[in-house]
Amino acid sequence: MSASSDVAPAARGRNRWFAVAALAVAGAAFAVITAGGIGENLVYYWGPTDLHAAGDKAVGATIRLGGQVGEGSVAVGEGVSSLEFDVVDGKSKVHVKASGMPPQMFRDGIGVVVEGTMTRDGHFEGRKLMVSHDNEYRAPGDGTVDVKALMRSLEEGAEGEAK
Amino acid sequence: MIPGLGRALVLLALLVATGGALVGVAAALRPSGAGREWTRRLAYAFSALMVLANLLMVYALLARDFSVSYVAQVGSRQVPDWVAVVSLWSSLEGSILFWGAILGVFVATATWSLGERHPEYAPWATAVWLTCGAFFAFLLAGPAHPFATVAIPPPDGPGPNPLLQNHLLMIVHPPFLYLGFVGMTIPFGLASAALLAGRLGADFLRPLRTWLLVPWVFLTVAIVLGGWWAYEVLGWGGYWAWDPVENASFLPWLTATAALHSALLVERKGVLKGWTITLVQASFLLTILGTFMTRSGVFNSVHSFTQSAIGPTLLAFLATSLVFSVALLATRVDRLAGEATLLGARSRDGMFLLNNLLLALFTFTVLLGTVFPLVVEAVRGVQMSVGRPYFDRMAAPLGVALLLLMGVGPALPWGTATAGQLRKALLPPLAGALAFTALGLALGVRNGWTLVTLAFGGYTAQVTLRELWLPLRQRMSRRGEGLARAIVETQRQSRRRTGAYVVHAGVVLIVIAIAVSSTMGYDTEVRLRAGESADIGPYRLTFLGADQVREPHRTSLVARVEVARDGRPVAVLGPRMNHYDTQREPIGTPAVRTGFGHDLYLSILNLDPATQTLGLHALVNPMVGWIWIATFVMALGGVLALLPSRRRPAATVPAAAPGAAQPETP
Repeated sequence: MSASSDVAPAARGRNRWFAVAALAVAGAAFAVITAGGIGENLVYYWGPTDLHAAGDKAVGATIRLGGQVGEGSVAVGEGVSSLEFDVVDGKSKVHVKASGMPPQMFRDGIGVVVEGTMTRDGHFEGRKLMVSHDNEYRAPGDGTVDVKALMRSLEEGAEGEAK
Repeated sequence: MIPGLGRALVLLALLVATGGALVGVAAALRPSGAGREWTRRLAYAFSALMVLANLLMVYALLARDFSVSYVAQVGSRQVPDWVAVVSLWSSLEGSILFWGAILGVFVATATWSLGERHPEYAPWATAVWLTCGAFFAFLLAGPAHPFATVAIPPPDGPGPNPLLQNHLLMIVHPPFLYLGFVGMTIPFGLASAALLAGRLGADFLRPLRTWLLVPWVFLTVAIVLGGWWAYEVLGWGGYWAWDPVENASFLPWLTATAALHSALLVERKGVLKGWTITLVQASFLLTILGTFMTRSGVFNSVHSFTQSAIGPTLLAFLATSLVFSVALLATRVDRLAGEATLLGARSRDGMFLLNNLLLALFTFTVLLGTVFPLVVEAVRGVQMSVGRPYFDRMAAPLGVALLLLMGVGPALPWGTATAGQLRKALLPPLAGALAFTALGLALGVRNGWTLVTLAFGGYTAQVTLRELWLPLRQRMSRRGEGLARAIVETQRQSRRRTGAYVVHAGVVLIVIAIAVSSTMGYDTEVRLRAGESADIGPYRLTFLGADQVREPHRTSLVARVEVARDGRPVAVLGPRMNHYDTQREPIGTPAVRTGFGHDLYLSILNLDPATQTLGLHALVNPMVGWIWIATFVMALGGVLALLPSRRRPAATVPAAAPGAAQPETP
């Protein structure tokens, strides 16, 4: 935004500098807000092993925990408010407490991604539970779960082919 | 037989596009009528070959010819014919093929509409378009090859992704998205041609604006259709999640919107030429970036995209296009000087500038949030994404500021306004702001952002309606025309202005609907046995029981839920789980009862037919239906601005009586 044409040249120059300075300040402020906004809203994609490795960093952070539902670990409570199970990746496991009802295909051994956070007392508090819809996905033979392949299949199932 | 024919068509298209691009460059460097003629012929030939290749693939899909690799990959004998046709764009190779056909049609139409009228830069433009065409033909010939021969054809195929079979919206959403994405190639070619030819006078703007508006309309509709599809199919109750796939379509829309506005300043004042061209080029680059992001699998893992069929090739094309655009701008920087200085902030010019600044910031914000996880993964090997709150927090202030600008800008005169003019222009619409806010408060809106949206929306609505009404009233009072005739004549005389304000009206509606639907909804999760009821808002939901329904290609479990409002039954909704024969896992489909004020949205969490137990997610989503209506209004405005045909001679427009008609100032 340059100055109006009917002002004196000196004033015009001064106005221009004001405009540049104002833009610079606004730009810097915007950059700070953006960086802060991103920093506060990161969602980490971790398997049980990554989650344990992260230690205290995982407490309070938003995490998408991917893995398989541990065999025989599912406990469905009364009503709609309690569901507990383990998420395993062949090497380690994380105990998940979730509220809400399990989705239709939820069962032992199926691939899941749980969004939520780690609590101080060592369980994972799930807020959102997604079940793998993918028909290609198979757990590898050695019992370890390729967490990234699972996340991939889940996200593709949800929207990847929607484009 | 079909694979061989398909390969021949694709290779021929590659040859013709490459040849056409070279002939175009030659015809531009050494102007000759014959050279231009041949450039055009080759452009038409490329278009025809691409369309033929697509028809061939559609035929193969319908014939279930599993000797064609793409048909073996997505075809199935068990799906209905419409699903077989839609399979064309359901997977990577087919969608690139479809991209080729759309590009062909765009290139042919644009070549035809330019004709012999801009001999200095038309061959350059065609050369740029055909270079893009050659690239996509190359993708089809190599990395994303749909016509490979399957040596031992399987007896049947798996069928396309069941999510795509699940709703009719999937027939229309992808074609609109491709029309929007691919269409950005045309303004990109025109802008590049203007730079290459060094012709940056007023004459390059008219075709540029038109050809920018065409994909803009398609993209607008496509973005909302995508949201609508997600709403009707995915079952989580919303329509927008700031997912990379969605952002990929939104980014070029933002820059194209900015370019449509800055082009007006170029036209009226001769300023911002370089900026406008930058925005046009950015829109094209963002469509390629979007295709790269959604088609290369880069979001699954930064390191795995190199294994995808087209990832590296698309990235190379993106980089080349970027270098080409920047270099072209840099070498022509001397021709881009403005012909005048911009006027101050207290004018419509200033508001246009502010609008462009905000849209650029918006683009930057969304791009950063989308690309940031890729950078982090590439540098530090950590997988993450940027959560939705970031986007919501950034989009809300930018969105409402743009909404207010849409009211303030058109209210202000071009050029610097006096204090008196400012008061006269800016104070009356406060009535609209007050009215909308009061209405919102009366209906229970308490969220701060939503109230601000309502206030700004009311302000802009009043300005917009006034701008639409004023020329009508003038015609009616000065010429004694009836309302209908005044509307037709005004539209004919100032189609762009009318169209633009109709689009603005749609934007006001959609922003309000988005604000209300995302802050005023509520939901509940319940477990019901047959005969049991649950309440949500004004509704009582009773689970009547579950039925199994058999269709040719799928088996569905349907939960019958009776909806009663104020004690009176109003509907029986049937959210369902669809189990496709070709797939292992079932897919839920929600049931939506669309209403004037709100939607009732029922989605199955789980359903056990043996015990007749239903886990149900019920949502009340206010104003969602208005989003679809608003989009129709926006598209209508875009079409009004494009009609009547540009080919109509200007002489048929009746001369305006002095002072009767407003100038074309959208």
